[in-house]
Amino acid sequence: MAQRDEQIGTTANPLSQAAHPAALRDRRVGAGMAALAFVAILIGGAFLGLAIESAGDFSGAATALDSYLFRIVRFTLWQALLSTCLSVVPALFVARALARHPGFFGRNFILQLFAVPLALPAIVAALGVLALYGRAGYFASFLTKIAGEDWPGIYGLSGILVAHVFFNLPLCVRLFLEALQTVPADQWRLASQLGMGVRPAFRFIEWPALKQALPGVAGLVFMLCITSFTIVLILGGGPRATTLEVAIYQALRFDFDPARAVALTLLQVLLTFAVVALLSGLGANTTAETGLSVARRRYLSIGGGETVLNALLIMLALLFVAGPMMATIAAGLQSDLVRLIGEPAVHRATTTSAALAFLSALLATALSLSLVMARHGLAGRRGRTSGRSLLEYATDTGAGFVLVVPPIVIGAGWFLLLRHVGSAFAIAPVMVVAVNATMAMPFALRAIRPAYDAASERHERLCAQLGITGWARLRLIDWPVLQRPLATAFAFAMALSLGDLGVIALFGSDSLQTLPYLLLARMGSYRTADAAGLALLLGLVCFALILLADRLGKERSP
Amino acid sequence: MTADMPLRQGVSLHLDRTTFRYGEVGFAFDVEFPTGEITAVMGPSGSGKSTLLNLVAGFETPRSGRVLIGGKDFSDASPSERPVSMVFQENNLFAHLDVFRNVGLGISPSLALTAADHAAIADALARTGLAGKDKRLPRELSGGERQRVALARALVRDRPVLLLDEPFASLGPALREDMLDLVAAVQTERKMTTLFVTHQPRDARRIAAHVVFLESGTVAASGRAGDFFSASGPAAFQRYAGAADEG
Repeated sequence: MAQRDEQIGTTANPLSQAAHPAALRDRRVGAGMAALAFVAILIGGAFLGLAIESAGDFSGAATALDSYLFRIVRFTLWQALLSTCLSVVPALFVARALARHPGFFGRNFILQLFAVPLALPAIVAALGVLALYGRAGYFASFLTKIAGEDWPGIYGLSGILVAHVFFNLPLCVRLFLEALQTVPADQWRLASQLGMGVRPAFRFIEWPALKQALPGVAGLVFMLCITSFTIVLILGGGPRATTLEVAIYQALRFDFDPARAVALTLLQVLLTFAVVALLSGLGANTTAETGLSVARRRYLSIGGGETVLNALLIMLALLFVAGPMMATIAAGLQSDLVRLIGEPAVHRATTTSAALAFLSALLATALSLSLVMARHGLAGRRGRTSGRSLLEYATDTGAGFVLVVPPIVIGAGWFLLLRHVGSAFAIAPVMVVAVNATMAMPFALRAIRPAYDAASERHERLCAQLGITGWARLRLIDWPVLQRPLATAFAFAMALSLGDLGVIALFGSDSLQTLPYLLLARMGSYRTADAAGLALLLGLVCFALILLADRLGKERSP
Repeated sequence: MTADMPLRQGVSLHLDRTTFRYGEVGFAFDVEFPTGEITAVMGPSGSGKSTLLNLVAGFETPRSGRVLIGGKDFSDASPSERPVSMVFQENNLFAHLDVFRNVGLGISPSLALTAADHAAIADALARTGLAGKDKRLPRELSGGERQRVALARALVRDRPVLLLDEPFASLGPALREDMLDLVAAVQTERKMTTLFVTHQPRDARRIAAHVVFLESGTVAASGRAGDFFSASGPAAFQRYAGAADEG
């Protein structure tokens, strides 16, 4: 006891005059700095590699700024804008319909299904869309009859839009539903007491809630569509429907013109930042949550006409989202699955994919946890009174901006930087893991942050008072609370990494094949049945991971 | 644990011309608290009671002025470096840790506990009426028991300043009186310089020797509890207490 009093005595000496002595010792901030440094080096190194390579020859950059580029930019923005509108506007009404009918038959199933596209590999979805609406798709004969001529298949803008809406409509529905469920039950009680009809209830209760979420949701979708790669690569089908991201890939893989790639990348980053800045001016918060709360009882009587209309809306959305998934399953089952599973190439690709995805999910989870912890360390350091520092911003909203940087540019940059040192293909696995982890990080962040925020709300002052920091804090306080959210983040990041066709599209070779790469190769050699079978396998694995993530996320401890 | 303890003297606590801003609201405290006694900190909502305690505990850093504890300047020290224990209104416990470990964290923030520490924790639990409940989780305890755990932790921490931020506000009258008597007994034994935030004049009268009355972010009146609660007490406090009784 005397010893402890002694301690108090010694710590009482005048402390260092550093601005925030306590926070500087906070290891959480250190961990976050390490995570940020990792991301900064990953991206910075890539740009360095590209810059060195293009320094000698700027002709590529100059020729990049031609009328073709103008067309690409216009198409990139145009498809992103259309995709956003087509996803967001119907989602508003579908979400409202789901919110108004908490007892709708199969509602939970629908919502779970709507969680699937978020982590379904883009290449699987693209194949599903083709299997349904393609020239030889299930709907082809039907569409031929309607059109009166041979159905040309869904390529170009229409294909891109269908696939983007398939991905983003369900995401928007879930986010809008979330927004609607933040409306307190008391407001609904009040509305029913005041006898509010459908229109006033929408105007005074639902719309304000939706309006608040709208810029954030639209911004997120726009960002996802502007940087979309796989969908455009597979469904774009030609120079008329090419986005910046695909043009960057072509500049690197086919033309080997790094200067042009750098110019295109900078353009894409600037464009996306401009859009995000514009939207945050409108009050957007691009870090939307994707959790799902249970439906609460409503006190509003809903007319028969509206019920039919809502049911119709929900069914249409369900059919649109389920369609490509069903087509994937049907086409996959028609392939020779048994032979496919027995193939050594498939074995190798599966093992490679599993190992790379496991490692990158591990890294993504660690990066996200570090950032989430650092954010609280920094918030604690500044107190409630002063504004947030740039560093704190970087651990929070800023982390989402890594999505703006094309993964293939990172891969290409490091490839160029390291090819003088040794065999560049030797770093391919490292690149795939690092880049996929970084790209999954913003999503993993969203799975971890709410839980950590809630725990932190309760624990922050207590830990400060008792001096629980560093390893002890992680082991005793944070780990027990975060186990499940971390597992959710891990499963989700693993699904994302498994299905990714970014870096591997550039680095893939006979010696390094992942499942998506093998799938792309089979498509390229017109072995459509094989591709369909692989898509089914890949889709099933990702589906299982999403289910796992969803289940882990829901059973949060009280 | 109590047997070999020297007679306590308490420690002086002085907010020396401290100022603080929270958004638009400014605070200025220049007050010395009686050593080794309980002072009730009272005042209307927003008058700065919690801010005052946060400044002492180190959850807020003053813009100017000094926080002197035992004559030493602790203005820039982190909360865990200060010779202070604080019991909050709620969230005093880690929900996933049992009573024993929640108390144990007061001795070692990494739960590295010696046999002597185990005995000390058992003592503190017995002292606060929690004997036999060491394996319970916070959710298996009543509201009053949870605050007892927090007090038990303050006991094992054994720091000379104790801050109580409306710790019993959500308890019923009879339970509250039990808890107040426990605080008074512990304080008499350890002679901690204690600040006790409360809205209830009756609670203050029960255990506090002194009262500091805050209004608009500064000390409006202070004095002995006996004088404060008499008819000749400060007018501002009379107005507040009257309003509190009506409300």
